Amino acid sequence: MPFIPHTEQDVREMLAAIGAPSIEALFDEIPASLRVASLPDVPAGLSELEVMQLMSSRARQDGQPLCFIGAGAYEHHIPAAVWSTVTRGEFYSAYTPYQAEASQGTLQTIYEYQTMMASLTGMEVSNASLYDGATAVAEAVLMAVRANRRSKSARILIPRNLHPHYRAVALASAGNQGVKFEELPYERGSGHTAIESLAPFAGQDFTALVIAQPNFFGVFEEVDALTDFAHAHGALVIAVVNPTSLALLKPPGQWGQKGANIVVGEGQPFGCPLSAGGPYFGFMCTRMEHVRQMPGRIVGRTLDLDGRPGFTLTLQAREQHIRRAKATSNICTNQGLLMMAGTIYLSLMGAEGLERVAALSMTRTEQLARALTAIAGVRRVFARANFHEIVLALDRPVAPVLAALSARGIEGGLDLSEYFPELGCALLLCATETKTTADIDTYARALSEVLRAARAA
Amino acid sequence: MSDIPSELRFARSHEWFKQLPDGLAEIGISDHAQHALGDLVFVELPEIGRTLGAGESCAVVESVKAASDVYAPVAGTVVAVNDQLRHTPELINRDPYGGGWLLRLRPEVPGAESALMSASEYGVLAAQG
Amino acid sequence: MSLSMREQLIFQYSRAGRGARAQWPPVASADAPAVPEALRRRQRPLLPEASELDVVRHYTRLSQLNFSIDTHFYPLGSCTMKYNPKACNAAALLPQFAGRHPLASVSHGQGFLACMFELQEMLKAVTGMRAVALSPLAGAHGEFAGVAMIRAYHRARGDLERNEIIVPQAAHGTNPATASMCGCIAREVAVGPDGDVDLAALRAAVGARTAGIMLTNPSTLGVFERRIEEVARIVHDGGGLLYYDGANLNAILGKVRPGDMAFDAIHMNLHKTFSTPHGGGGPGAGAVGVSARLMPFLPLPIVAREDGAQYRWLGERDLPQSIGRLASFAGNAGVLLRAYVYMRMLGREGMQRVGEYATLNANYLSAQLQQLGFDAAYPRRRASHEFILTLKKQSQEYGVTAMDVAKRLLDLGFHAPTTYFPMLISECLLIEPTETESKQTLDAFVAAMAQILREAQQEPEQLQRAPHTLPVRRLDDVRAARELDLTYKGVAS
Repeated sequence: MPFIPHTEQDVREMLAAIGAPSIEALFDEIPASLRVASLPDVPAGLSELEVMQLMSSRARQDGQPLCFIGAGAYEHHIPAAVWSTVTRGEFYSAYTPYQAEASQGTLQTIYEYQTMMASLTGMEVSNASLYDGATAVAEAVLMAVRANRRSKSARILIPRNLHPHYRAVALASAGNQGVKFEELPYERGSGHTAIESLAPFAGQDFTALVIAQPNFFGVFEEVDALTDFAHAHGALVIAVVNPTSLALLKPPGQWGQKGANIVVGEGQPFGCPLSAGGPYFGFMCTRMEHVRQMPGRIVGRTLDLDGRPGFTLTLQAREQHIRRAKATSNICTNQGLLMMAGTIYLSLMGAEGLERVAALSMTRTEQLARALTAIAGVRRVFARANFHEIVLALDRPVAPVLAALSARGIEGGLDLSEYFPELGCALLLCATETKTTADIDTYARALSEVLRAARAA
Repeated sequence: MSDIPSELRFARSHEWFKQLPDGLAEIGISDHAQHALGDLVFVELPEIGRTLGAGESCAVVESVKAASDVYAPVAGTVVAVNDQLRHTPELINRDPYGGGWLLRLRPEVPGAESALMSASEYGVLAAQG
Repeated sequence: MSLSMREQLIFQYSRAGRGARAQWPPVASADAPAVPEALRRRQRPLLPEASELDVVRHYTRLSQLNFSIDTHFYPLGSCTMKYNPKACNAAALLPQFAGRHPLASVSHGQGFLACMFELQEMLKAVTGMRAVALSPLAGAHGEFAGVAMIRAYHRARGDLERNEIIVPQAAHGTNPATASMCGCIAREVAVGPDGDVDLAALRAAVGARTAGIMLTNPSTLGVFERRIEEVARIVHDGGGLLYYDGANLNAILGKVRPGDMAFDAIHMNLHKTFSTPHGGGGPGAGAVGVSARLMPFLPLPIVAREDGAQYRWLGERDLPQSIGRLASFAGNAGVLLRAYVYMRMLGREGMQRVGEYATLNANYLSAQLQQLGFDAAYPRRRASHEFILTLKKQSQEYGVTAMDVAKRLLDLGFHAPTTYFPMLISECLLIEPTETESKQTLDAFVAAMAQILREAQQEPEQLQRAPHTLPVRRLDDVRAARELDLTYKGVAS
């Protein structure tokens, strides 16, 4: 029996010890009308050989296209040492570190992770991670409502150029708790949120301003001016950032005069494979004054009975309190394995390696943009500096072009027409350090052919 | 458990009320409450000047096990908080009726504490666990 | 497991200029685009400057400080610490799956989508629900989805008064929190002395404001809710819906189906029942299942199969009343793939055996421990896949607590059971062996508990000051919370 070690003799001896005639007798408290005899709709079991043959065949069917999509999930080189370490049984099959003495490996790793993230974001403290970037934004919104005592409105200013999925999740999560979202428009020519768009809110009560850096279009925001405006109005600043960009960008802790209050984002670029959308990990950092409003687990260093340093989960009582508070959160997990992959990735890359990944990704994206805009019918949409993503417009609908590219083994980007119809035939593209100049040429040639064929048709 | 000072009045939610000479009132949590919470690690106190309704949450006391709201036994305005608790929350464990006081307020309605329980009535409640 | 070596922090390996250079891309060329001056970072973040060997050695040594299923019996009640088959990981990390972008074209993702669709179908079959959505990222996330769907259902019918969620006294803390997140009020009902919900109390609690009830079955007390059909009738007749917390599904997998118990919404913990890795705290996956009346409200996206076996994602246009998107993308796909492979390896008979052998192991362990003199909280009831011991007697007679027993078990090479949950039972241990453990392992655990009982009687300090043999002794929680040390200060921000 797969994964069940009992022999017939074991079963006989165990039933004798229990004093029951059969295994079925152990279910005798359950009304007979509820008991299921069999599961005909479930296929019969497969051996490991058979299931691996099935999975390999399906994987081959899907193949590995050349990928130029970003939009919240980024392809970066993951050093082999990351997953060889993380899949060690002692990490992979360990539980949440509630018994601290038996979990010092996990706990110390979390402490190191917290340290690295706090430093990267320019903040004072980090939690042990949240589910992903989108839910981290939702949690930040709820946290801001709890933490901002002076504001009663629970109004959150949220830019239209934030990742649309992040906005959707924030709405779905916080919508039932009286939180109101106000959308901020972006400037059509530049793609960023102009300070003027905040003017209508001057003199009003709003609880927090969400600032994405870079924003969903890859464009850089004027974070200092936006931060100062929010603070001048008694609102908190929630920074949503790409973690790789923090190698090159001023961290949110240094935005404006006083720095952002809560920093969140998607940790996937640090050591997590794309994996069709998850598992990833969300990060959240803040200042000590808000630490008791921060959801999620936190690890602290302390001493044991013999006075030696050790690590343990701490501030757990506040998790219960947050569960009963205004603006409740029910989260009680962290993305342990992925956070660990992120920590090992950062340890291998260090500041220098991360800078090079960020810089090379920016370079490749610019190369890609130049190569593609050299093709007739392709142009840049926004005239403003960007990180490693860019919005281009075509002279025809995007979906058929992407389909044609996909047939050639290229995932050309994300069609923006459903999310941002005001941009017309636009797509969002990304090239990271994993793309070579030859890859970019391949894309350019393919796009050129596809557009030529479309024009001829 | 220490004896319950007889001059105090109590709310069912384990807060005590002490009448001070100048018409002010001092508020804290009972010995029973601090014992149930365990070693206190943090206390969140209200702002001075804040007006509280009777039964409104005015502070949070946090131990390793639990974080509990403290409710104002009577309506009033906060005039002082025990700053020592910021660095030494364990004062509440050591001396819940004395040095572990949480805040002082000016009651909205003088004599409102008569609606609270007497020390002996509270003693019965606390003994029931 | 390494015992005496204290492992320093990774930062303490740093030396200026050192790094894992094989992992670094080349320096950007001179004409690389520059970050605007005003936005540039001035001071490097403090990350380790260590060699690749340093990093590998450091984290490998740290791993050796952990207990895990791969190294220790881990009878944590309510957590289902069963063996994680390695094939599941191998399949999920096949490069075509691991390297798939979530927004890549569906026409070149039919292999992956077939796995997701079939997973939905298998979960429907084992739970008896009409439809399944895979996107919630954890159990608590699935709970949120379930209650949000119930709320949406009542709102769609124009019934705005229903904002109360009934929760049994012994419920897990996430249940009332979830109710609150959905704009509802949690209303507790008492549990009777034999562990079943008090029906009279339930009847009194159900009314025009009842949105629904959240139940685990078997309950958090480790016993089956025998009058579940009656409970369902009372709540449904009162206009409320039934939500099933799937934390204890392992007890009844293949034997009883929540859909047959008339539940309207359920969440499943794939990281418990379907053996995806616990990973030191995550990732999980909290797939949800629904009855017919909640189908319009399912969270997006969901996989559908069109005629001709083409798979596609359903979106807002297909499900306009959906409670919405709950995650960045389609959920924890890598976790879902692992669960899929596990379910394919078990197959229909394998699923049934899970419930059978999990229950056999729990009842055997319970019988053996009671033989030694330990008290079960519900001695007259069958154990489900887990059971509760109360150490109230031992704590009164010998001054040893459930915590002390837990810590001493660590010395004896076993991870402790769950302690102090459910809160209804004093000094309790909630013990769940799971079906993947052999009789020999269970007997060794019983022998360890026998030793602990002897020590409680003869030298209680062995327990009270345990653990003695681990890399650290018992840790000062109070100090950890009073003097917060949450980041290494050798690095300045």
